[in-house]
Amino acid sequence: MPQYLLSVWHDDTFEPDFSTPDAQRLAAQVGAFNDDLQKAGAWVFAAGLHPASSATVVRSSGGDVSMTDGPYAETKEQMGGFWVIEAADLDSALQWAGQAATACEGPVEVRPAQG
Amino acid sequence: MTDALEDIFRREAGRCTATLIRVLGDIDLAEDAVAEAFAIAAEHWPATGIPPNPGGWITTTARNRAIDRLRRESTRGERHLAAHRLHTDSMDADHNPELDRLDELAGVVADDQLRLMFLCAHPALAADAQVALTLRLLGGLETNEIARAFLVPEATMAQRIVRAKRKLHDNHASYRIPRAAELPDRLHAVLAAIYLIYTEGHTATSGQGLTRTDLSTEAIRLGRTLVELMRDEPEAIGLLALMLLTESRRPARGDASGTMVRLADQDRSHWNRTLIAEGHELVRACLRRNQPGPFQIQAAIAAVHADARTADATDWSQIITLYDQLFALRPHPVVALNRSVAVAEVHGAAEGLAALEVDAATLDNYQPYHATRADLLARAGRRGEAIDAYDRAIGLTTNAVERDFLRRQRAAL
Repeated sequence: MPQYLLSVWHDDTFEPDFSTPDAQRLAAQVGAFNDDLQKAGAWVFAAGLHPASSATVVRSSGGDVSMTDGPYAETKEQMGGFWVIEAADLDSALQWAGQAATACEGPVEVRPAQG
Repeated sequence: MTDALEDIFRREAGRCTATLIRVLGDIDLAEDAVAEAFAIAAEHWPATGIPPNPGGWITTTARNRAIDRLRRESTRGERHLAAHRLHTDSMDADHNPELDRLDELAGVVADDQLRLMFLCAHPALAADAQVALTLRLLGGLETNEIARAFLVPEATMAQRIVRAKRKLHDNHASYRIPRAAELPDRLHAVLAAIYLIYTEGHTATSGQGLTRTDLSTEAIRLGRTLVELMRDEPEAIGLLALMLLTESRRPARGDASGTMVRLADQDRSHWNRTLIAEGHELVRACLRRNQPGPFQIQAAIAAVHADARTADATDWSQIITLYDQLFALRPHPVVALNRSVAVAEVHGAAEGLAALEVDAATLDNYQPYHATRADLLARAGRRGEAIDAYDRAIGLTTNAVERDFLRRQRAAL
C-alpha cells in the first residue's frame, strides 16, 4: 500500500511547555489521533521533534565529513514532527492529514513516498 | 472530412480519454493511445467512411493499440504486469465485444467522464493546473492552444500539465467518483474550474482582445456535459445557466471598434435571445428544486438582468435580495462589492458607497473595487475622489480594452 509522509510545520520559535493546558490538550489530541491510525492499520511510524535549533547538518565531500550547527534550511517555519502512514490513495491520505491538522492545530504537509 | 473529423475529435476525445485512463490505469498511456487512434481514423475514414459509432471505434482502436504497445514493451516489469492484466480481460482483435455492447456501456462511459472531471479538478492541484488539465484531457485541446488561450509560453503550460499529471500519479490519486460525504466540496472544485475557464474566455485577464471565445465555448461545452452526467445537481445546472446568460450578452459587450460597453449602456436588441431562453429555463428548473447554491443565485441575478428590456427597467431590489442570499452562503467581499452596485441603483450613490466601504481594506488591490467606487463617487458628485479612484483602477488593469474604457470614463468627468 502507498506510504505518505505527513509533516507538521510551525514557527521556528515554537517549543511546547507540557505543563501548560494548551500543550496538554495538543498532546491528548495527537495521542487520540495516533490511536485512530493504529486501529485503522494506517500507522507506520511517527515522532515529535525537538526544536530545529537542536539540529546538526552533516555533509560529505570526497570522503571529508563536515558539520554545521542548526537546521539545513534557515527558514522561519520548521518541521515539528511527522507521521509515516499507509493509505489506499491520495484522498485517503488527505483525509488522515485533515485529522492530523485538527489534532496538532497546525498545517500538515502530505508527501508520497517513492516505491 | 477534415472538418467532420475535427468535430468528432472535439466531441469524443474527452470521453475516449476518460475510458482509456480507467482501462489502462495511466493518463499518459491513455492520451497517447487516443491520439494514435485518431491518427488511424484520419487515415482510414476518408476511404471507409465514418463508422456509425465513431467514439466507440476510437475507444476500441485506442485500447487495442495500447495493448499492442504494452506487449511490445513488456520487457519492462511494470508494463509486463499491465499487459498481462489487460490481456486477461481483453478482446479478440477481430471481434470487439465492447463495441457490440456500447449501449450497455454508456453508463460506464459517463462515469468515466465524471471520474476524469473530478480527477482534473482535484483539490490537491492548484487552480491553474486544474484548468489546464481539464482543457487538455476533457477538452482534448493541444498544449499550445491552451498556452495561447492563457497567454503563457507553451513551455510553461507544458510544464504545468506534466507536473499536475505527475503529482496525481506519484500521489496514487484514485480514479473514482467522490463519495456522498465528499461530493459537495469536490463538485464545487469541478464547477469552479469550469467557471474559471469561462471567465478567462469572457474577460481575458490580460492582453489585447476583450474575449477569447474559444475558452468560453469550451467551458459551456464542459458545463453541458456535466449537466448531462449529473442531472440531479442543481449547482451544475446553475453554472450552465450562469454561463449561457452571461454569454447571451457577448454580442453587445464590445462595439465595432472593439471598445468595451458596460451592461447599462449595451444595446439589448443584440443580446442572444436563444441563449437567454435556455438560461431562463435552466434557472426555473433549479428554483423548482429549492436547493439554492452560489451558482444558481448568480444565474438568477443574470436572469433578472436578461429580463430587463432596458437598463432602467432592471428589477434592482430583486437583485439586492439575491445578493443578500448569495452573501449568506458566501460572505465574500466581492459579493458585497456587487451588492453595493445594486444598492446604489435602488437607494442612490451615497448608500451604494456606504455599502462598498465595509470591505475597503480587503479589496484594496482588486481592480473592480476601485472601478466601481470611481463610478459611484462620480455619480455622488465627488469628482476629485472619483478621479483618484479611476487612477487606482487604471493602474490595476491588465486588459487593454478595459483600461481604455476606464480612461474614457475618467476623461468624461
